Amino acid sequence: MSATDVGLVLAVGLACAVEAVEALTIVLAVGLTRSWRSTLQGAASALVVLAAATAALGPAVSSLPLNALRVAVGGLLLVFGLQWLRKAILRAAGVKALHDESEIYARERAAADGAGTPANGHDAYSFMIAFKGVFLEGLEVVFIVLTFGANQHRIGLAAAAAGVAVVLVVLAGIAVRAPLARVPENTLKFAVGVMLTSFGTFWAAEGAGAHWPASDTALLALIPATLLFALGCVATLSRAAPRSPEDHFAANTPASP
Amino acid sequence: MTRLAAIARFIWEFVVGDDWRVAAGVITAIAVTAVIATTTLAAWWIIPLAVALLLATTVYQARQPH
Repeated sequence: MSATDVGLVLAVGLACAVEAVEALTIVLAVGLTRSWRSTLQGAASALVVLAAATAALGPAVSSLPLNALRVAVGGLLLVFGLQWLRKAILRAAGVKALHDESEIYARERAAADGAGTPANGHDAYSFMIAFKGVFLEGLEVVFIVLTFGANQHRIGLAAAAAGVAVVLVVLAGIAVRAPLARVPENTLKFAVGVMLTSFGTFWAAEGAGAHWPASDTALLALIPATLLFALGCVATLSRAAPRSPEDHFAANTPASP
Repeated sequence: MTRLAAIARFIWEFVVGDDWRVAAGVITAIAVTAVIATTTLAAWWIIPLAVALLLATTVYQARQPH
């Protein structure tokens, strides 16, 4: 397995794990409150749609000319990566509240409770909430699988990394029967943001016709350079003007187990 | 029409996200790289520089009170 393959597996696996944790919170909240059967049907339907989208779009994306593919994929990865990194930096610096799975879980349960009594047979509410949650969280993963996989002609490897991450998160969810609040979500998002931004930078420049010094090895410098710059942003933000007491409290309140 | 608008809005929010200037900056940086790459000058440094500037700008702007 080459260094870029390792990067692919890491980026796809981590991104998928983060999104799976968020989807699991919604599925658990609706399933435990209302109907497991309809919830699981909704989640499974979303996974089928996502798998079909990957299977349909994979060959189409792979058939693009290499440079066009690299510009498009690199550009999109950069936009996505910078979004992930921006949110992760703001959360790490305490400017934005951390993603709290326990709080989201409680909110989803309250909403499910307030949505009326589930019908005896098919519960449309459970189905739709689970479908929407899994589909929306999974869409970003499909995009990452397709872009990384197509660019390196390793869609199978990317899909396998995504699948393993989902299975691990689901097994952990079954084991604890609660939202995975202890997963260091922001650290994972930070890592994914760094990987997407670094690979996006590399491929966009190559696709646009630039030649990297030291060719593919440039990635080994780009990834730590992006990480150091992002950590520098966190340090600068943390030292900047004082935050409001509410922001400070929200940012520093630990997620309950 | 409303459904089309909703789909367009979803795609915009999914791809472009919270700060459209990041997407605009990325497109500009790629275009400048493509132009410089046709000359004898090195073009690899343009996108990393743009990424650093864009990240610093978008983080700084997100921090400002609205």
